[in-house]
Amino acid sequence: MAVYKKVETREAPSGSKGILHWLRDNLFSSPLNSAMTVLGIALLLWVIPPFIKWSIIDANFVGHTRADCTGDGACWIFVRAKLSMFMYGFYPEAERWRVNLVYLLFFVVIAAFKFLKSNGFKITIATLYFIVAFILIRGGYFGLPEIDTNKWGGLMLTIVISAVGIVGSFPIGILFAFGRASSLPIIRSVSVTYIEFIRGVPLITILFMSSVILPLFFPEGVTFDKLLRALIGITFFQAAYIAEIIRGGLQAIPKGQYEAADAVGLSYWQKMLLVILPQALKVAIPNLVGSFIALFQDTTLVLIIGLFDLLAMVQLTGSDSHWLGFETEGYVFVTIIFWVFCYSMSVYSKSLEKRFNTNLK
Amino acid sequence: MENKNDVIEIRNLNKWYGDFHVLKDINLNVKKGEIIVVAGPSGSGKSTLIRCINYLEQFQEGKIVVNDIELSEDVKKIKAVREDVAMVFQHFNLFPHLTIVDNLTLAPIWVKNTPKKEAIATAMEYLERVGIADQAKKYPNQLSGGQQQRVAIARSLCKNPSIMLFDEPTSALDPEMISEVLDVMIELAQEHRTMVCVTHEMGFAKKVADRVIFMEAGQIIEENTPEEFFENPQSDRLKLFLSQILSH
Ligand SMILES: Nc1ncnc2c1ncn2[C@@H]1O[C@H](COP(=O)(O)OP(=O)(O)O)[C@@H](O)[C@H]1O
Ligand SMILES: [Mg+2]
Repeated sequence: MAVYKKVETREAPSGSKGILHWLRDNLFSSPLNSAMTVLGIALLLWVIPPFIKWSIIDANFVGHTRADCTGDGACWIFVRAKLSMFMYGFYPEAERWRVNLVYLLFFVVIAAFKFLKSNGFKITIATLYFIVAFILIRGGYFGLPEIDTNKWGGLMLTIVISAVGIVGSFPIGILFAFGRASSLPIIRSVSVTYIEFIRGVPLITILFMSSVILPLFFPEGVTFDKLLRALIGITFFQAAYIAEIIRGGLQAIPKGQYEAADAVGLSYWQKMLLVILPQALKVAIPNLVGSFIALFQDTTLVLIIGLFDLLAMVQLTGSDSHWLGFETEGYVFVTIIFWVFCYSMSVYSKSLEKRFNTNLK
Repeated sequence: MENKNDVIEIRNLNKWYGDFHVLKDINLNVKKGEIIVVAGPSGSGKSTLIRCINYLEQFQEGKIVVNDIELSEDVKKIKAVREDVAMVFQHFNLFPHLTIVDNLTLAPIWVKNTPKKEAIATAMEYLERVGIADQAKKYPNQLSGGQQQRVAIARSLCKNPSIMLFDEPTSALDPEMISEVLDVMIELAQEHRTMVCVTHEMGFAKKVADRVIFMEAGQIIEENTPEEFFENPQSDRLKLFLSQILSH
């Protein structure tokens, strides 16, 4: 009988683990890769120190007027002085608590979603939230003074436009996606025509059309809120993209799912909403969030029809005669805000994907 | 219906896919409680035939009467037929985004408005019967093929159907899982539900079938009791078919 002697496991050879190993594998795996790494480091060295010098070391943080900005660096005093304009536009100062309350409620709702199991509850709460948010921000009910939409501006307006665009375009997009997959030729061709028409036109055109052409369809004297027109335009614009993304998701669903849903006796709408759509959305989450991020950025286009979103607010305040020449600081600030929002959406999308993953093994 | 005992009556059924004549003048009557096995080479139209019975497929000519309801495009009639006709598929077709128990309760809750508690209790009963109750909270992809098919059978049982259609329920399974599914089907066969099974499991056919039907190229070529079907095939085509499946 063979006798086996126990041999101790050897240490892994140095270089197959640790930071050196990681460096070699990821940054210096080939001559080209090494060259890119060196080039990349050089680029960073060239860009970052001057930026830090400008934005922090030489920057001015304290003071109230442009006279306090003495150094060569950034004048963050400008951003501080105009911060409330960036955040709320011309929304009256005394009423801004209403906007803040809407923000706060948003996080309350998100937290509540974590504990709610029933989808029905979630939909009810989300609907209620939007009604409450509308009443709070616009006012005119329950003794809240009405704030005209031309006073809305800054980040708050950006968020309003994106939120309405996202929430409004979603169900419309779903309907058009179903329409495009419908077996009824009329519904199908209406959906295809709509989707392809909208996708062939830039958002700017849609915004111009909704602000200039839409009113022509209404009798003279009927004034139609400028923001509302933009919201309608953006919602229907975004809906076409959502429809296409969801169609992609629908195509990933095997025929057997439709058949099983039919066979257990579900109606068309039950089949689509309870069986097909949840699976299609799961597939579509990354693209959907990508599209919502794009929409969030595209809202900046509303400045061309005279709405003052965050970016427009920077332009406006930058031309304030007391603060000429500080737009750069404003734009850097806007960049950071946009990045924070878009990155958060992206992270949230990752967590959604994980949550809805039922392909567990 | 011509015969009071018939729960399925198929008369002169013809169906085309474009120019392709997939079902040719099919006539078939199934009595209450009868167990029919449909066999035949791949592509002969077996699936298409049984999918016509719950109107997953439309047809151009002929008529199908199920439980005294004549099938047509009328959504109400289709719904009424489907309420009493269950189907089990080759690839299970469980809903992957729902847990096992939710797969079972979906239709009762939404179609029949059964209270959730009651639906869950019924679902657990059927899962118990197919031996999967302990997996109720899992998702379909966490189960083996045989387990998934047993769940699919339990799902189809939840509406307590009087007619069950099986479309090759074991042919997508690994060999060692076939018997666990057949055992469940044999048990069902003893409950006097009407069953139409497309299957090549000849042991199953011999054990429970009242009649075996042989299809080829969209036609029913031969129809007989299991004993005669296997021992005394009439057509050359069936003899060849039997020799092919028995040589496996
Ligand atoms: N949707 C379809 N369109 C066109 N041909 C089809 C379709 N479904 C099935 N067929 C054809 O009809 C024939 C019968 O199919 P099927 O009923 O699935 O056969 P079986 O179940 O006996 O293997 C096959 O030749 C198949 O290619
Ligand atoms: Mg088949």
